[in-house]
Amino acid sequence: MSIKLEHVTHTYGLGSPFEKTALHDVSLEIKSGEFVGIIGHTGSGKSTLVQLLNGLLQPTQGTVTVDGTDISQKTKEAMQMRHKVGMVFQYPEYQLFEETIARDIAFGPRNFGLNDDKIEERVREAMEFVGLDYQTYADRSPFRLSGGQMRRVAIAGVIAIHPQYLILDEPSAGLDPAGRREIFAEIQRWHREKNITVILVSHNMDDISRMASRLIVLSQGKICIDGEPLSVFATEQETLHRAGVSVPPVTEVMQYLKQRGLPLEDRVHTVEEAADSIFQCIRGKDHA
Amino acid sequence: MLKDITLGQYFPGTSFLHQLDPRCKIIATLIVIVAIFLAESLPAYGLITVFILACFFISHLPLKLILKSLKPLWVIIILTMGIHVFTTPGTVIWQWGILHITWEGIRQGALMTARLIYLIVFSSLLTYTTSPIVLTDGIEHLLNPFRRIGVPAHELAMMMTIALRFIPTLLEETDRIMKAQTARGANFTSGSIMQRGRNMIPLLVPLFVSAFRRADDLATAMEARCYRGGEGRTRMHELAYTFRDSIAMVIVIGLTAVLVVMRWFV
Repeated sequence: MSIKLEHVTHTYGLGSPFEKTALHDVSLEIKSGEFVGIIGHTGSGKSTLVQLLNGLLQPTQGTVTVDGTDISQKTKEAMQMRHKVGMVFQYPEYQLFEETIARDIAFGPRNFGLNDDKIEERVREAMEFVGLDYQTYADRSPFRLSGGQMRRVAIAGVIAIHPQYLILDEPSAGLDPAGRREIFAEIQRWHREKNITVILVSHNMDDISRMASRLIVLSQGKICIDGEPLSVFATEQETLHRAGVSVPPVTEVMQYLKQRGLPLEDRVHTVEEAADSIFQCIRGKDHA
Repeated sequence: MLKDITLGQYFPGTSFLHQLDPRCKIIATLIVIVAIFLAESLPAYGLITVFILACFFISHLPLKLILKSLKPLWVIIILTMGIHVFTTPGTVIWQWGILHITWEGIRQGALMTARLIYLIVFSSLLTYTTSPIVLTDGIEHLLNPFRRIGVPAHELAMMMTIALRFIPTLLEETDRIMKAQTARGANFTSGSIMQRGRNMIPLLVPLFVSAFRRADDLATAMEARCYRGGEGRTRMHELAYTFRDSIAMVIVIGLTAVLVVMRWFV
């Protein structure tokens, strides 16, 4: 059970004067249950890569398979695989269109041919998941909500499809800190409880290092780093820098302290862990 | 996909024609269109042919583009040819039932077709060598004198500029929304016409919402920079009438004069 890219190249505007190759010969396997963070400079091919993962773009060369089914051709089976791979685009609230929130969320499940009872069940579940009360919100217009709430409705619309692979492209862009925290907490919970694969595209190294179990760094259409976030931060700083991305601030601080001679544990995910580590280190000194 | 659509016909370049002032080009095009109608005799047609070929030669445009500009009109071109060939009275050279072809018909048909082709080719020369924005600028300047009789020259030009500016943005937006809805299982490409129409709703509603939002934002942004119409506005790129434009004007007027002489005085 995995999404597999084999020697995938994607070129936009093939044969026109505006031809541009966004991905060069990328091979990659994302296994079921992983939480993958994808990061890269603007124009590094992130968006192209994730759109290839669920067949919205077809590779110019190479193959993409989802659970063994080739989705690089426009076949019926390839279309069917779409409901296995859910995709939340950047600013997903701009795709809302229905008169009520419930009907908008039901759009996906209805397209994939579920019956009415099943659909309502999915809608309730999805709304609960993103923290919108069914009673209060189901019959409201999605256009009367705040930006953060609209984003939740849009995410619920993808969640309701029950994807086994959930791709999120900058899900927190333009949200306030509280909104970011809530959305990420929900995504993490969904990942844990349903054991689905999450692929998170972000500019924010902080978010990725906190949540992802695997980090993929793209640069100029190629994968330049693929590994566990903390070991990547520890060993690949040079490559990260060349790819135009930086380690999270907290890692930076910890590495600096270690360089200056503090014998502390610098492999930390969060500010809290960092504080703990520093505390341990200083107390250790006092005892010595 | 949608992104591949090129806006207008502009073919970037640095030729003599590309560098002409848009006002000069618009007026010259209008004059040449009139001049094409002045031609009746074969020598007159020959002169225009030479002129248009010369224009294309100095514009450095690929030949493919000329043919492309004629493509949407080939039905009309063939129809014109046909009507003239079959309906002009004169010396019959071929007859079948009520259909007959005359010498005069062939001559007339060929000339009319040539006239039509020249009109299309020459006016597309204008849009090939002038970017839409510059063209709009030129139109605004030319309409300015008519402001007194109530033609909102600046407003019209601003509307055109904004529309042109937002076409690529909206295309991109359409592409994005289509992909987002496709990811939720929407289908835009199959089904009956009614079904397909209904399937467009998830695309059109968000597109309209976003178009209105953008319009609103743009209006606010313009007001925030104190935009209040064309009164007293200066521009970053002033149009400048140069020696080059005078040469072009002289050539075009000279051509017209020769054609007038050929038509009425020879």
